[in-house]
Parts: sequence; C-alpha cells; structure tokens
Amino acid sequence: MATIEITTPVDEATIRSLKVGDTVAITGRLYTGRDAVHHRLHEGVASPVDLAGQIIYHCGPVMVKEGDKWVCKAAGPTTSSREEPYQWEVMRDYGIRGVIGKGGMGPKTLAACKEYGAVYLHAIGGAAQVCAQAIKRVDGVDWMDLGSPEAIWHLWVEGFTAIVTMDSHGNSLHQRVLEDSKAKIAAMRA
Amino acid sequence: MTANPVPAETHVARSAAFESMLELIRRTSTILPDDVVRAIGTSRKSEEPGSNADVALDVIGCNILLAKDNSLPLCQDTGTILFYVHAPVGYDQIELEETATEAVREATRRGFLRQNSVDSITGKNSGDNTGPGSPVFHFHQWRRPHVQVKLMLKGGGCENMNAQYSLPHPDLGGRDLNGVENAILDAVVQAQGQGCGPGILGVCIGGDRGTGYMHAKEQLLRELDAPNADPVLDQLERTIVEKANRSGIGPMGFGGRTTLLACKIGAINRLPASYFVSVAYMCWAYRRRGMVMDASGNVQEWLY
Repeated sequence: MATIEITTPVDEATIRSLKVGDTVAITGRLYTGRDAVHHRLHEGVASPVDLAGQIIYHCGPVMVKEGDKWVCKAAGPTTSSREEPYQWEVMRDYGIRGVIGKGGMGPKTLAACKEYGAVYLHAIGGAAQVCAQAIKRVDGVDWMDLGSPEAIWHLWVEGFTAIVTMDSHGNSLHQRVLEDSKAKIAAMRA
Repeated sequence: MTANPVPAETHVARSAAFESMLELIRRTSTILPDDVVRAIGTSRKSEEPGSNADVALDVIGCNILLAKDNSLPLCQDTGTILFYVHAPVGYDQIELEETATEAVREATRRGFLRQNSVDSITGKNSGDNTGPGSPVFHFHQWRRPHVQVKLMLKGGGCENMNAQYSLPHPDLGGRDLNGVENAILDAVVQAQGQGCGPGILGVCIGGDRGTGYMHAKEQLLRELDAPNADPVLDQLERTIVEKANRSGIGPMGFGGRTTLLACKIGAINRLPASYFVSVAYMCWAYRRRGMVMDASGNVQEWLY
C-alpha cells in the first residue's frame, strides 16, 4: 500500500481523505501530550502552543539534555485510552487534526473525529527507536512542571510513519477487531 | 562526630557490583533476549505479506536492531524495574539493594531508563526512578556460593492489561482447567492490542491475590521455548497460544495471526475457599536479562 505524505499543520480536506488502513508519513511539528496535559487542558488552562491543524502525539519520550540542547533518546507511543475522557474536547476546542498513539480510542473520540474532522493514527507500540529516528529536532518544551514524560515537547519530525486506525467517517479498526475476536474466542470456549 | 571522608554513594559507585548492575540495566533496556527475538521472527512468517500485522512486525524487528546497535532503550517506557535476586546465606542484601538503586539512578542519568517513578499522591516525578516501592526487589536465599540477579522491565501499557479472575465465574466457568482456560483467554480479548502485542503471558493458578500476581510475573522469567515440566500445564500453555492466535487480534491489535508469542503457567496451592487465576501480560518488548556475580561483584556469566 502506498504511503500518504502529510505535512503539519494539516487541513481538514486532507484528513477527511484518509481511511482506516492507510499508512501516513508525517513531516513537520508534532507536540507530545499525554495524561497530565489533557487533564490540565480539560481543567481550562490554555494551551501554551497553537494546536490548530496540529497532531498531538501520545508519548512520554526519554529526553537527555546535552549541553543546552534536548536530545530524544526514545519516543514510542503510549496507551491512548487514558485520553478518552478528554480527547474529544481538545479536538473541538483547539482544532487538532489528529492524534498519534497506540491501542486505539473509544466512541467519544471516534464521534469527535467525524464531527470535527480528525483521525487517530497508530504508531507501533514499543518501537521507540524507529519512532525516535524520525524525530530530527527537539525545539522546545512546555509544562515541564508535570515531569519530563508528561510535558509538552515540541518535536520536529520527518517521515514519521503511522497507520490510520480510526478515520473521520466513523470507522474504527479497533472496534471491528474487538467485536470479531470476542465472537471467535466465545466460540472456542472450553 | 567525624564526617565520613568518602560519601557512601561514591563508595558504592566505584564498586565492581555497581558496574555489573549498570551493565545489566543497559543490556536489559537495549538488547532483547534471543528467545524473544526468535519468537518474533518466527511469528512474522505466519502473517500475510504487506498486511498491517506484517508491517507492525517488520517495524518491531527494525526497532530491536536499532536499539541494540545504538545502545538505546528498546522502548521509551522503562516500566516497573523488577530485580529478582538469589544470594548465598550471609550475603549482605541491604548493600546489594543500595548498589542496584544507585545503578538505577546512574542509568536514568545516562538515558537508559526514563524518569519513571511518580509520587502517587502529589504526582511529582522523583526524576531518578527511585522512591517508595521503586525499584522493586525480590530476594531469595540459596545454598550456592554466587549471586544471581535477574532484571525485568515491565512497561505500563502491558501492566495495565494484567487481570485476575476469581473462579467460579458466571460466564467463564468453574474451578477447573476449563474455567482457567476461559479466564486466560478472556484476559487476551480484554487486552486487545493495548498491551503492545504480540504478548507473552505469565499465569498463576492459585495463591492469594497478592502472591498470585507475583508468581504470575515470575513465570515470565522462564525461557520461551522451554516446555513446562508439568505435562498438564504444558498442554494448557499450548492450547492458550493456539486459540489466542486464532482470535484474529494480531500484532498491536491490527488483526492478524500473531496475538501471543507464548504463555507460561505455574500453579501454587490455594485456600479451599479461593481459586484465583492471575494473568501478567508482557509486551513484545520483553526486557529481561540476568547475570551471575561472584562474591566481589564481577560478572561470571550473563543469562538469557
């Protein structure tokens, strides 16, 4: 399958053209954000960065300061389901066009992807070095008071690869696999 | 009172045991054990070329090589740092614990481990992976002259997928091996791709809730291709893997034929009133290594 190139910030039409199963390669800015960031945004604290058209990466990287520069040592995705209570709101209020994570998300996020024009992108969980290779620079960090894994890291990526597993048309690979596998295991009960 | 001219930390930091511990942590974080690499390689042959499952296993394969070649963490999630120590009678376990803890601090400074230990009440990250309950130590004595240290790094994503069942269960069955099998497979379905599959299960039948989970995790110290010495449990392990791989969950939950790489089951006694099945889900980034140290702290042999 051909890989679809995407540059951030990305427009709605491009995101709407993506379908479950597509492979994308992202170039541009990515902001990390996981549990603590989403919780803080939910509590009404304004984002320190402009998220319009951007993609949030559910990731708590390993960062080491070398001289005055941050260097990313490892940066795979974290489990996205923990963001399920908040993600729809961030899509609505900040106009993000996608999130990258692992494990998929639930019905609230799927509905928000459809309503506001966003996608869920699945990186390969645990593949921290493959992901880190696509991160060319660390340009800054916000909310370090949350601790390094929970901070908003400003990453510059080139060819960051992920698979669309939830699109803006109401399709979720995760929902499909869950239903199919539940039925199969039930039929195999001892 | 006279101040100690050499701070305790510095003294520890210079010991052979400290260097051995630091190297154990580096190897565990960056080099996947051979048995796991082999299992992942074998599983890829069963997937449809070009499928999402195939792509996922390809990326995993590349990641394993990159981490090893560049001496960088396989996964950004350091996870729970679990030391399993066997030491001779009379060995100073307190000193070993201090040495290992200092090695954890140094490994964190060097970026082999992420800052991964958070105060549960305040949410503050200790910044060096130490604090109440971190790292974790399990000490055992044995009647041998050397010290064996095994280290497991178990990521949070897979730890969150652990499950414990109390049989009988209304949907899964009674207090027999059928009930056990159904409970384990239910844990696999509940986990889907969220534990970073293809996964490896450590299972304990019996025990109380606490020791059940502990024993389940200890099953993960076994080598993947070694059969279970108990033929009944060996058969159950094979059945679980075979059925899980027919569930269609696949690597990362993308769909496919590789849902589990292995299942390792142990049994300990239970109370007449209790029948627990404890399942420890391990991700493909199955970081476990070990070493045998002599009395002076030098490595005699690397394990796995």
